[in-house]
Amino acid sequence: MDETVIRLGGKKRSTFMDQVRQLLPDGGNLNLCLTCGACSSGCPATGLEGMDPRKFLRMAALGMDEEILSSNWVWMCTQCQRCIYVCPMKIDIPRLVYNARASWPREKRPKGILGSCDMALRNASCSAMGASPEDFEFVVGDVLEEYREAQPEFAEMQAPVDKVGAEFILNQNSREPVTEPDEMVPLWKILHLAGVDWTYGSKGWGGENYCMFLGDSEAWKHITSTAAQQADELGCKVFLNTE
Amino acid sequence: MVKNIYEYYAKWIREGRLKVNSDWNRDLKIKFTVQDPCQIVRKAYGDPIAEDLRYVVKAVVGEENFIDMQPNRSNNYCCGGGGGFLQSGFKEQRLAFGKLKDEQIKATGAGYCIAGCHNCHAQIHELSEHFGGGYPVVHLWTLICLALGVLGPNERTYLGEDLREINVFHPESGK
Repeated sequence: MDETVIRLGGKKRSTFMDQVRQLLPDGGNLNLCLTCGACSSGCPATGLEGMDPRKFLRMAALGMDEEILSSNWVWMCTQCQRCIYVCPMKIDIPRLVYNARASWPREKRPKGILGSCDMALRNASCSAMGASPEDFEFVVGDVLEEYREAQPEFAEMQAPVDKVGAEFILNQNSREPVTEPDEMVPLWKILHLAGVDWTYGSKGWGGENYCMFLGDSEAWKHITSTAAQQADELGCKVFLNTE
Repeated sequence: MVKNIYEYYAKWIREGRLKVNSDWNRDLKIKFTVQDPCQIVRKAYGDPIAEDLRYVVKAVVGEENFIDMQPNRSNNYCCGGGGGFLQSGFKEQRLAFGKLKDEQIKATGAGYCIAGCHNCHAQIHELSEHFGGGYPVVHLWTLICLALGVLGPNERTYLGEDLREINVFHPESGK
């Protein structure tokens, strides 16, 4: 038997995948790929930009950092995690994608996502549409008043903002208060009829978090913490996600 | 404690606190399918909340009028509205991504798709128009209030023509 050792290249350079592996619990299993393709066969993003989840992971494993870090595909993977769900080795490809997004210079990331994140950072609402806490309170109060009058069965209906000690604190997607306020009412009616003790928070009520999508971890944390702190300050037991 | 409202809708119906009734659809027999939002089902609470979601949907539209997509629950396909895709500027690719979802919905033969998540709602609404399916996409709260008999005339933006005049609460309050 030939005992000559085959040597491949020089010292292995640090790649993008190695860096991400160090950030993930148990390394995100990134080096366990069996190349079976279950991820790609059930991924709706397969084929976009000539990419798919398996290919993305293999390219990362091969150290093709420049190619994967410049591909627009990272903005087309929705990080829905179906690839992890079907993967026999539970490889966290979406986290690899998240970190690829985060590696883009912030100003080069898609304008729409960037704008929605920055809008949320403008005031304490953390609304991607920029509505202020005052605007939100005004719209909620105004719509409530209108419906209490028009539909007398709901004359006692409540839609409180910052009610101390309420059992539930609810978030609200910005779409309703900003563009279609009547759509908030069915939710309020349900809560009223079920006899629920609830409130919105004036801070962190925005239900969407585009900073997470942007790959901006600091801003993502800021938005989530704002909502959590408001819940704690009001002494609410349950943070209820309404979508 | 962070919870999702689907779980509570189901709990409040089970406890009799929300007296929903599917009689409005007994003769109409309008069929509904439901989108399992990735963020709520696969990524957060798993199949138990998908069961709660189905319990609520069946209670409000009638069990015989609910049709599941295939695959579903934790194995469901993403619609393409999540992850910031709606705001990313890659519209053509987003619609190509969503084609699978549109086909999945059409294959059920349902007249409506229920989407409790806003990203799903916006994306599937666009898929329905773009690929010509024409199925309305509705929020869950709309149907719960319809089944409670308290859905007013101005709370029906996303209902199709066939449901605009059904079970209207305080019709005189319409704008």
